[in-house]
Amino acid sequence: MKIGVCLKQVPATDTRIRVNPTNTGILTDDVKWEINPYDEYALEEAIRLKQAGKGTEVVIFTLGDVASEARIRDGLARGADRAVRLDDPAFAGSDALGKARILAAALQQEGIGLVLAGRQSVDTDTGAVPAMIAELLGWRQASWVDKLVIEGETFTAHRAAGGGTREVVTGQLPAVITCDKGLNEPRYATLPGIMAAKKKPIVVKNAAALGIDAGSVGAAAALVVEEAMSLPPARPAGRILQGDAATVAAELVRLLREEAKVI
Amino acid sequence: MPTNILVFCETEGGQLRKSAFELLGKATQLAAATGGKVSAVVFGDADAASLGAWGASTVYVASGPAFGTYVAGAWVKALQAAIASSGANVVLGSASGVTREAFPRLSARIGAGLSVECTDLRAEGGAIVGRRPVYAGKALVDVKIKSAVGLYTVRPNSFTIGAAPGGSASVVALDAGITDADLDVKVVETLKPATQAVDLTEADRIVSGGRSLKSKESFDAIVRPLAKAAHATPGASRAAVDAGYAPHGDQVGQTGKVVNPSLYIALGISGAIQHLAGMRTSRVIVAINKDAEAPIFQYATYGIVGDLFEIAPALEKELTKALA
Ligand SMILES: Cc1cc2nc3c(=O)[nH]c(=O)nc-3n(C[C@H](O)[C@H](O)[C@H](O)COP(=O)(O)OP(=O)(O)OC[C@H]3O[C@@H](n4cnc5c(N)ncnc54)[C@H](O)[C@@H]3O)c2cc1C
Ligand SMILES: Nc1ncnc2c1ncn2[C@@H]1O[C@H](COP(=O)(O)O)[C@@H](O)[C@H]1O
Repeated sequence: MKIGVCLKQVPATDTRIRVNPTNTGILTDDVKWEINPYDEYALEEAIRLKQAGKGTEVVIFTLGDVASEARIRDGLARGADRAVRLDDPAFAGSDALGKARILAAALQQEGIGLVLAGRQSVDTDTGAVPAMIAELLGWRQASWVDKLVIEGETFTAHRAAGGGTREVVTGQLPAVITCDKGLNEPRYATLPGIMAAKKKPIVVKNAAALGIDAGSVGAAAALVVEEAMSLPPARPAGRILQGDAATVAAELVRLLREEAKVI
Repeated sequence: MPTNILVFCETEGGQLRKSAFELLGKATQLAAATGGKVSAVVFGDADAASLGAWGASTVYVASGPAFGTYVAGAWVKALQAAIASSGANVVLGSASGVTREAFPRLSARIGAGLSVECTDLRAEGGAIVGRRPVYAGKALVDVKIKSAVGLYTVRPNSFTIGAAPGGSASVVALDAGITDADLDVKVVETLKPATQAVDLTEADRIVSGGRSLKSKESFDAIVRPLAKAAHATPGASRAAVDAGYAPHGDQVGQTGKVVNPSLYIALGISGAIQHLAGMRTSRVIVAINKDAEAPIFQYATYGIVGDLFEIAPALEKELTKALA
């Protein structure tokens, strides 16, 4: 079974976000890019599954421009076998559903039997693309998984069900699993890994190569339109309480009750 | 065009969740602005008729074995049926373990645009504008949906729950035509949380501890009792989680849980940008830190500069007294 890993680059989590002058996005001039943190768990799990004999090949799928190849190489250095990068001017401005259409077509074309993705991208924060891929392919799915077992044609996953409850779910492959923190400890690339990655193939595919109608993706097909980006309102200056422990504790409780009215 | 809104009301243990009332309140306002109507959909046993008092004119109820625990195939199909029956052009759900999977699937199935984790919804010129955090809350974006049906999930605690306006609803059994083929992923076991506390993502009060707690023993001896005294859910910074003081599920932040409580108390947490990303929308933030220069103080409503090992027990005592 071939395992596909959906991996994208995002601004490093310590990036200070600045909105561009037209309020249509962020300024990216001094942004440092990293692999989306949740995709690192997906990649790690895929490598471990292959090592355990549950997969024959780990293939990275990235919808992104040439700049994302540095992150793809990092993924190859950690142990993926090859990568497919999806790039076409027609893809620009796709919403989550458009992105899912592109990724689903590529996953299907490569004969993938198990897709591991991140629980969400930490830039768009949508956490929607993998579920859409599962729907488009008619596959089973488990999301926000922190424990995964593959046995023959069946997966068993522990997923966060909300309300603090976790569920153990099972289903048949092919499936899309989204990975949460706690699933594993992602490895770093080693020097031999980095050397080996230089020779691993990254294939670039456009809409025509994927056989998708360019009109079904991209800005024109997007159902969700982002109108304006802004920064969150600044918080009003706070108040520092003075005195010994007993005094500040009593004063804080009084303020929480009488001024802030939250208790 | 009137905005007809369908609200997906989730239940837990046969009870409607608080988010149902939060969403119906907002839906009633939005529908009133355009002359539309509000309906609701409920899965499994719950007091569906009571939703009339919260503004729903029709409540669709799907019941049967497929609607005990969440099964993607069946639930998406039933939501699709409820949209068709209600003629809704806007569907609201609370951002939850169910909707994070079911709504994207529904979106792909019926070609409806989706905006997740909205923290605000407003009617503007007959259209709905959703506002949602991006870049882990470091920025906000306003979104419009162009498709005939728009799907939105709302982060819990985004809207205040007012008094029920009153009214009554007709309850309609929803026949979604569920077959065995729709029972695609089976829940074989449900693991309940160890504590009775409300989950972080829905909690109205949170007390979090950081690396400075120094051990799991002192985390358990300081943070948890204080949380209990405040009737709050305990949380943790990533440094505390990575050090093993608290489980992964307790992590607040960009790569943990995003929380939206009315009160967030941070004990010995520096306020790294990734931690702030998860809690900056909290209505009131209390920071207790011995370093007056800690970044968390820039976001704190109330700050106490001092040793948490002295202040937390004193605060626990005061809160116990006040909330007894
Ligand atoms: C990819 C990535 C993702 C991340 N995601 C998250 C995330 O989701 N959530 C998160 O929290 N972090 C996250 N981080 C980590 C983040 O950058 C910080 O390292 C972390 O939040 C620090 O935790 P802390 O505040 O507990 O510890 P520290 O930064 O070490 O701060 C400890 C604080 O305690 C104070 N202190 C010490 N002793 C006492 C005392 N006795 N009384 C009072 N105050 C005291 C100190 O003054 C200090 O301010 C992430 C980092 C990366 C790289
Ligand atoms: N452009 C992309 N390229 C590859 N994978 C992606 C892309 N966008 C989203 N994904 C995958 O889908 C997950 C959730 O993304 P999102 O729905 O954007 O929050 C990510 O963690 C990735 O695994």
